[in-house]
Amino acid sequence: MADPLAFKRDTLSLHAGQKPDPTTGARAVPIYQTTSYVFDDTEQAASLFNLERAGHIYTRISNPTVAVLEERIAALEGGVGAVCTASGQAALHLAVATLMDAGGHIVSSASIYGGSHNLFTHTLPRFGIETTFVHPRDTEGFRKAVRPETRLVFGETLGNPGLEIMDMPAVAAIAHEAGIPLMIDSTFATPCLCRPIEHGCDIVMHSATKFLGGHGVAIGGVIVDAGTLDWEASVKFPTLTEPYLGYHGIDFAEEFGPAAFIARARAEGLRDFGACMSPTNAFHILQGVESLPVRMARHVENARRIVAFLDDHDAVSWVSYPELPSHPDHERAKTLLPQGSGAIFCFGVKGGREAGRAFIEAVELLSHLANVGDAKSLVIHPASTTHQQMDAAALEAAGVGEDMVRLSIGLEDPDDLIADLERGLRAAARAGAGR
Amino acid sequence: MDIQVNGARAFAATGGRPFDPGLPVTVFVHGAAFDHTVWKLQARYFAWHGGSVLAVDLPAHGLSEGPPAASIPEMADWLVALLDAAGVGEANLVGHSMGALVVLEAAARHRTRVRKLALLGAAPAIPVNDLLLDKSAEDDHHALELLTGWGYGRRAHYGVHKMPGIWMTGGGLRTLERAAPGVLHTDLVATNGYEGGEAAAATVACPALVVIGARDLMTPAKRGHALAGMFADSTTVVIPGAGHIMLDEEPDRTLDALKDFLVDAG
Repeated sequence: MADPLAFKRDTLSLHAGQKPDPTTGARAVPIYQTTSYVFDDTEQAASLFNLERAGHIYTRISNPTVAVLEERIAALEGGVGAVCTASGQAALHLAVATLMDAGGHIVSSASIYGGSHNLFTHTLPRFGIETTFVHPRDTEGFRKAVRPETRLVFGETLGNPGLEIMDMPAVAAIAHEAGIPLMIDSTFATPCLCRPIEHGCDIVMHSATKFLGGHGVAIGGVIVDAGTLDWEASVKFPTLTEPYLGYHGIDFAEEFGPAAFIARARAEGLRDFGACMSPTNAFHILQGVESLPVRMARHVENARRIVAFLDDHDAVSWVSYPELPSHPDHERAKTLLPQGSGAIFCFGVKGGREAGRAFIEAVELLSHLANVGDAKSLVIHPASTTHQQMDAAALEAAGVGEDMVRLSIGLEDPDDLIADLERGLRAAARAGAGR
Repeated sequence: MDIQVNGARAFAATGGRPFDPGLPVTVFVHGAAFDHTVWKLQARYFAWHGGSVLAVDLPAHGLSEGPPAASIPEMADWLVALLDAAGVGEANLVGHSMGALVVLEAAARHRTRVRKLALLGAAPAIPVNDLLLDKSAEDDHHALELLTGWGYGRRAHYGVHKMPGIWMTGGGLRTLERAAPGVLHTDLVATNGYEGGEAAAATVACPALVVIGARDLMTPAKRGHALAGMFADSTTVVIPGAGHIMLDEEPDRTLDALKDFLVDAG
């Protein structure tokens, strides 16, 4: 039984966080391309700096255009608030830095974006933060990996690149038993296909560069605070429950309640680390969010056509897509992703590395590049690009094989995509036969 | 800060500054199933501008121990017991919705303890919708959705919170979800059963402010005006476009109304 007065998803995609500009009547969200904002008087200025009154001070901390995007994503995900960042990687870093100090520990799914894997494996240890990786299907492994100093459990709605679907409610319960949050990177799913907060997740992040923006024109990230974790009861997060001298001794959990995490992320993280989103990028990403529900439906519809084509093709050794009965998480996909398992998936080209190379070089309509979630269809060979920093063991743990090709299916006519893929697979077959 | 009241631990936020009963004290009381965090912006202002603040969690709410008080008069007496325990003689009382009934009743029963009285989203009586009562009796989540849906004004359902990036109705819903099972129903029954508003208003000796959301569905504007007319000395502020939860929907206008009344008017 839904709240009769609450707007539904498609309406929120277009309207959440915005009213027509009161000065000009502009219907579209204006680009407030300004660094700073005039104060009414000295008292109002002091009140803004002391968090007695809310408002904009400086665009590194907040901006009216960016704030529309933040509210809109928070609304779509069912959270209490959001902070947009310069990139998806900045979003992940902001969340980690808000939750823990040196000595902290993260338990992460092993099947995550290569950039996130690098951050956890190579960069955060320089700052005293360690990570233990667990196979996303090894639910009990998450429990075993939690230590007294663990401050975050992390995973992706759809693992990268194998599309593993972790048992989100069970892993959330494990995190909550330890008094720590589950954070989910839901970039591949978007709130149109899965709302992780409804499955127990406490923090959602996106690379807004991908489906949210949807057109490959702007880099950005976002973290959404579910407002669900009781930080006071946990007693593991002094950044949220102890006085913060950086803001006159403010206690974020005491004063902001369910919005404590996101309030601290902005007040400290954007202020001091400064990885903010530009107003123009927020504008570009907002254009994508406005059409997100219809685009995601078409992305999924096209992906299903392509999956069926590849799954039946002689030159293809395997296709990994959760809606196929052969996928290990087929049943879980029905529960967590009932609207579709996205439009990014992998398949194996018969003939190994040479056949894979021939395939990639033969396709024309699909663009060979390091991105996903574009309106245009994209293709990449993960072992030689996005996951190339991993050694053989890490590649195996992440499920990345040498024959693996990743597709991000766009919004073209699916018959044209199939014709292009057929051209690539013929080339792959020729390369394989010539070995 | 924690205060022992009637043998149980009670919590009151102090706006980010140590509590000093020697300063002019303003006490904030939340509505049904909410807690002190609803006053985050207003309370902080008064604490940093020459006063001292107690934004209380009623028994069984927020960080205060239970059990919940079963009636508005019981809550009013608890509030004055809290003032006693905190060493406060006279205070400004500010209440929202059910909390407005609590401070109204407290001002009537303990006239010497109240300097000024501010009521937000208030009416002489606040009858509660039967569906809401029924759903809250079952601890059905739909009760919280109804409360959020009706409590926030239509305009607030688009968002545009003064705090950048905060999704207003999401925050309200999550705050309500924090209440322990049974608390919302106890509060709603207490609110629904309170019939002493008119008599209390007639008894109040201090100046009273009534803050009205022009599009309030739960305590409609005309009921707020009716309440204001029952005081010997009252001021009314109508916030255009706001619903029942104007302190979150329009935090600055709410703060300005309180500041004008509690501080600037002397």
